[in-house]
Amino acid sequence: MEKHEERSYDPASQKMIKKAIDEDIKIVWDRYDAQKPQCGFGELGICCRICNMGPCRIDPFGEGTEEGVCGASKDTIVARNLVRMIASGAAAHSDHGRDIAHTLLMAAKGEAHDYHLKATDKLARTARIYGIDTKGKLTEKIGEELGEKCLSEFGQQHGELRLIGLAPKKRQEIWRKLGIVPRGIDREIVEIMHRTHMGVDNDYKNIINHGMRAALGDGWGGSMIATELSDILFGAPEPIRATVNLGVLKEDYVNIVVHGHEPTLSDVVTEAVKDPELLSLAKKYGAKGINLAGMCCTANEILMRHGIPSAGNFLQQELAILTGAVELMMVDVQCIMPALSSAANCFHTKLVTTSPKCKFPGVEHIELKEEKALEIAKNIIRLGVENYKKRVKERVSIPKEIKGLVAGFTTENVFRILGGKYRFTVRPLNDAIISGRLRGAAGVVGCCNPNIRHDWAHVSMVKELLKNDVLVVQTGCSAIACAKEGLLTPESAFEYAGAGLREVCEAVGIPPVLHVGSCVDNSRILLILSAVVAEGGLGEDISDLPVAGAAPEWMSEKAISIGFYFVASGVYTIFGTPHPVLGSPNVTNYITNELENIVGGKFAFEEDPIKAAHMMIKHIDLKRKALKLGPAIHQHKKTPALKT
Amino acid sequence: MKTKTKDIKIYCDITRCVGCKSCEIACAIEHSKSKNIFAAVKETPLPKRRVETQNIGSKIISLHCQHCEDAPCVKACMSGALSKDEKTRATIHDKEKCVGCWMCVMVCPFGAIIRDAESHIAVKCDLCPDRDDPSTGSGLRYACVAACPTDALFAGTKEEFEKNLSKKKGNSKH
Repeated sequence: MEKHEERSYDPASQKMIKKAIDEDIKIVWDRYDAQKPQCGFGELGICCRICNMGPCRIDPFGEGTEEGVCGASKDTIVARNLVRMIASGAAAHSDHGRDIAHTLLMAAKGEAHDYHLKATDKLARTARIYGIDTKGKLTEKIGEELGEKCLSEFGQQHGELRLIGLAPKKRQEIWRKLGIVPRGIDREIVEIMHRTHMGVDNDYKNIINHGMRAALGDGWGGSMIATELSDILFGAPEPIRATVNLGVLKEDYVNIVVHGHEPTLSDVVTEAVKDPELLSLAKKYGAKGINLAGMCCTANEILMRHGIPSAGNFLQQELAILTGAVELMMVDVQCIMPALSSAANCFHTKLVTTSPKCKFPGVEHIELKEEKALEIAKNIIRLGVENYKKRVKERVSIPKEIKGLVAGFTTENVFRILGGKYRFTVRPLNDAIISGRLRGAAGVVGCCNPNIRHDWAHVSMVKELLKNDVLVVQTGCSAIACAKEGLLTPESAFEYAGAGLREVCEAVGIPPVLHVGSCVDNSRILLILSAVVAEGGLGEDISDLPVAGAAPEWMSEKAISIGFYFVASGVYTIFGTPHPVLGSPNVTNYITNELENIVGGKFAFEEDPIKAAHMMIKHIDLKRKALKLGPAIHQHKKTPALKT
Repeated sequence: MKTKTKDIKIYCDITRCVGCKSCEIACAIEHSKSKNIFAAVKETPLPKRRVETQNIGSKIISLHCQHCEDAPCVKACMSGALSKDEKTRATIHDKEKCVGCWMCVMVCPFGAIIRDAESHIAVKCDLCPDRDDPSTGSGLRYACVAACPTDALFAGTKEEFEKNLSKKKGNSKH
């Protein structure tokens, strides 16, 4: 296998990696190679630089020092480092949620005219969850009250987050008994920083339990608010056909790529690219029009709601620029590589930052202000259109690869698809699991990481699950990876799904892999699981369900936070490369073993995606057995590992 | 694979060593059964490193066995476990013969011999028997040298090390 093939499984990416090698442009894989071998203390989580008596390191091989200057053991050091990752991940998701709540409030008050409360039924439903009396009230008034309520939960100091009430009753009691129901979203994150300050908490179990509390404040708080309010503000997604991969960039068009996470920017951009004045300007410069494509999770947001094509996932951000056909890339927050500015400098691509939280030295910053969002979006796009004339035709090479997909599944529309318009229910899903047509369900989510062949782990794992009659739900970069392989189409059921799963997909008319959105939309999975529990017949708690989760190519701190809120919600969750915890056998044992008896979920680490898939399947089978369900109808003989 | 040539040892450029201990970790992993960090930390017995990062005054040095020509440890070894390799002139240690008297540990002027209390034998730099000659960069470089993030460690002869030092000096000028 040649270098570019080793680096990515995706043929479009391979072409652009080859181009980078040929033109001697250094990209993420080169920087990864240059970093190798990576620091062993960091990999094992046993380096502490929390105070100035340090930095301290523990010798993982037991010969050197066993404790830091302050006396912190490897357990304390590893646990503190781990929960600080949760703090950062939860902060990122939740700050995203805060921004959406803020925009919703401005829209409701009439201060941001370019945003509207689109999903009024969801607004009313969510408002009722928050105890707002909706009777006889104007939409705007309800929106205002809901916006205020949601915003107040970030700074709330006592009580419980409202959306916790959507979890199964038994689950809520487990959290209450353990004292890990989040009081406020920000409070738990701040408390992580306090507890892990020099000389505070040094009981690793106590530290990690609080980490779960902050993570729950993300999953059932910040992220869930981000999802629910985004649906209200930008419209609740419905199943929609779209396209994916670098092939969505068009040769004769002005290509605008929007990259990052928050739909506040990307959603308004979908409007701005339709502006007749900008379109005629593009034509004036010889382009056929303006082509908008997404990247990373903000792509998922506009893919779910508008069917805007996705140019790719995290590791393709530089590759998109390498096509030489991107006039402008605008970015907001999260997962935006600082390397983008140097990649853009190698081509005519203009990079524009839009969030006050994310600036690049030497890169033009045009701040998105909600009051004038559309106008600002148009100004940014104008820069892109103007830049079309600088495109060097000879350097343009857009890979032809493009795949169709169906996205736009949500907690709400899953009920309708399964139950029909007049009988909102997930009953058919429960019945399919009980009868054994479906063995169970799995969430395969998370990032991409140059430490594993790009997309390969996602695709291999999902195919293995499908073959074994496991329905898969996906978000984020993982969903994009599988979409590029064509797994997110109804037709893929014929090729990849086991007989039972295929029957279900045919009967209901869904793909075997359901795209439920961006990484904050992992909260949708929590709600679907809760709905399945509430429907009955599969136990009383999320931890009773025959389900499992995985992040096979994870890289970000957000992934750690997501992992912890799933585990704390009772889900068995596998990460590809391990968390930086192996330096402490106690912490490793706590999160991969003991937690199961405490919260019902636990972690496992397995880099081989096929092995990991079978660990998930084994777990699903154990849960089926505990529920006294028979084995899946179409039991497969042990099939050899997929060769991909 | 090239054969190990004469008088190769591992040198440390003390102007570059930052004391990150990456060499220590890489050494222990190289001497583990799995040769993988995540698995090595779970092995019993735990693999042993043969290099130590030390403070020498205000400088930091990653200290290895210097494979002394007139090696005090070889003279002090009562069981004949330590000897000089006739071809490469490296100081070699036969763990089968070692009785753990620690005489070598006491006489080593560099403190480069480490006591393995668990198996009660001495351990020292064995120039990575599973790796190739590192001097020209072909093949696998010694584990500690490959792991050094600041390029402080160098494997080769004294002359090669000095040449490398002056080359690095020249490079840093522009």
